[in-house]
Amino acid sequence: MTTSTAPLIQASGLAILRGERVLFRGVSLSLSPGDAIVLRGANGAGKTTLLRMLAGLTRPEAGEMVRAAPHHWIGHKEGIKPQETPRGHLALWAQAWGSKADIPDILEKMALTRAADVPGRYLSAGQRRRTAFGRLLLEDRPVWLLDEPYTALDAAGRTMLDAVISGHLRTNGAIIASMHDAAGFPVTNEVTL
Amino acid sequence: MSAAPILAAFRQAFAEAWAGGAGALLPLGFLGGAAVLVPLGIGSDTQTLKAVGPGIIWVALALSSLVTLERIFQADAEDGTLDLWLQTGAPMAAIAAAKTLAHWLAAGLPLALASPLLALMFQAQASMDLLIHLGFYTLGGLAFFFWGGVGAALSATVRRGGLLISIIALPLYVPTAIFGALAMTGGIGSDGAPMLLAASTLFACAVAPYAMAAALRLAAD
Amino acid sequence: MWSAFANPHKFLKFSAVAAPLFYGAGALCILWGLWQGLWIVPKDEYQGGDIMRVMFIHVPAAWLSMASYSALAVASFVWFIWRHELADIAAKAIAPLGAVWTALCLATGSIWGKPTWGTWWQWDDARMMSVLFLLFLFLGYMALRASMDSRQKAARAGAILAMVGAINVPLIKFSVDLFTSLHQPASVITADGPKMAAVYLTPLLVSGLGHGLLFGGLVMTHMRTEIRQRRIARLTASALEG
Repeated sequence: MTTSTAPLIQASGLAILRGERVLFRGVSLSLSPGDAIVLRGANGAGKTTLLRMLAGLTRPEAGEMVRAAPHHWIGHKEGIKPQETPRGHLALWAQAWGSKADIPDILEKMALTRAADVPGRYLSAGQRRRTAFGRLLLEDRPVWLLDEPYTALDAAGRTMLDAVISGHLRTNGAIIASMHDAAGFPVTNEVTL
Repeated sequence: MSAAPILAAFRQAFAEAWAGGAGALLPLGFLGGAAVLVPLGIGSDTQTLKAVGPGIIWVALALSSLVTLERIFQADAEDGTLDLWLQTGAPMAAIAAAKTLAHWLAAGLPLALASPLLALMFQAQASMDLLIHLGFYTLGGLAFFFWGGVGAALSATVRRGGLLISIIALPLYVPTAIFGALAMTGGIGSDGAPMLLAASTLFACAVAPYAMAAALRLAAD
Repeated sequence: MWSAFANPHKFLKFSAVAAPLFYGAGALCILWGLWQGLWIVPKDEYQGGDIMRVMFIHVPAAWLSMASYSALAVASFVWFIWRHELADIAAKAIAPLGAVWTALCLATGSIWGKPTWGTWWQWDDARMMSVLFLLFLFLGYMALRASMDSRQKAARAGAILAMVGAINVPLIKFSVDLFTSLHQPASVITADGPKMAAVYLTPLLVSGLGHGLLFGGLVMTHMRTEIRQRRIARLTASALEG
């Protein structure tokens, strides 16, 4: 992982329209290695849209954005197919990304060993979230973009996720997360929409 | 650029086609439906059935492409998979093409392979022609799936998108249907029809993925 | 941030003058063309007698159906490359009007066809088939735009479809020509080409010009309405935001 302190993401003056409604404008942020930025705002303020913008999924109506490092994306929707098991899901994305990660080890870290071979349509919401978080460990990427990461997680799940995020931050990783609750990891900056 | 994301997309789509879309059972169901309903509707006259048989198979192919494709990109948009495919760094056109190809293999090819059987039920003579026709259905079905894929990608976020796909895809199916039918009837001036069928299929495979990619980026936006 | 969009003020000023002019000149041309076509020019027995006079609506409609799809494709392309909002407004305005003229072309063709061919619909006529598929392209475009949940998405989806349609039009045309050339050639309606007698040509061209002007005027009026509707939507949105 990179040891320089050059910004991983630099954005300024971002704005987005939904129909004719201005969702937000003039949003600027800078993400450096080790940073944890938390996005705050009421429902509908545009947190998800801003994250999607930073992931390159949504085009800003105005503003500048430089994305200098590869990122992981954990959206509101997990991206798990009904027929995919957690093991199969991680294996598929390991194949897609050319990752040689130890999948049984990731499943164990995510406490998914028992559910490892259950098809997606039978997984609980929390198990689906854990499976998606497993993707974070498939490949070392400096930036993690997390949309409401605590959603559907139980207390043990949150503790586990906090540990994973803290570990990432300690090794010079960086995250941007939209959240409603207090974060269980060291936050460097909050952006309110 | 590595081909790994494209292969992974193909693998996932193929698994999904067999799991969710029942794989080859769907087009074979069409085949059965067409084979039974058409003679019931138009009568059992041998000459009539012989005349409409090849056309019925083309219609079944077109329908199977529309019905199969309705869900493929829509499901991706709903479950979040589309977001992940858009972020692999591989060209989205290649990923869309891989997914379309996978669904054609699961739903279009089995129908083409079963076409000689249906042709026999429609009173065709058992001859080598049936195998040549099989080749035409294989090619034409591929074009149907690629143009249908454009409609499917454009309506990925639309509820009841199936109706929309039909109206979008119909005019795009015209050249394939005409060249395909001409190649089979083998009348005057149709010598070049098989080549035209192949060329228009190639055109579809070359152009449609870019339109699908643009439409899928829009669906995720 | 509104500067990111094209400023439509100039268009509103220009079209406030141009649209009425187009309507007036168009009406004069169409009326003169119809008067010539229906009462002055001699009927042509080879083209079905008096029924051939429908040509003075049918042929301009056919020209406009082709021209309007081309215009739709060009506007979509311009929007897709330069994101000029006026181009999208134009595309949105052209589509339903193009569909109307395309349907008019089919209807008049059918009326002309019944006494001459003996059937309302002739599958072997390449032109009718091509125009029918053009109508489907228009309808698909309109249905797609209508099903998108924001104007930005409607613009993008519409532009993609219009461009896909445009690159397919030559192929559709070619395949339909091939299809029909193998069957009975449709030689009844020869409205264009050197076979056309000069006595018909002038009223036809004037009539065509009139339809073009009327079409242009209607497109401008639609665009003016759309510009104002978008402005209202923007004002409403900013008022709601406070």
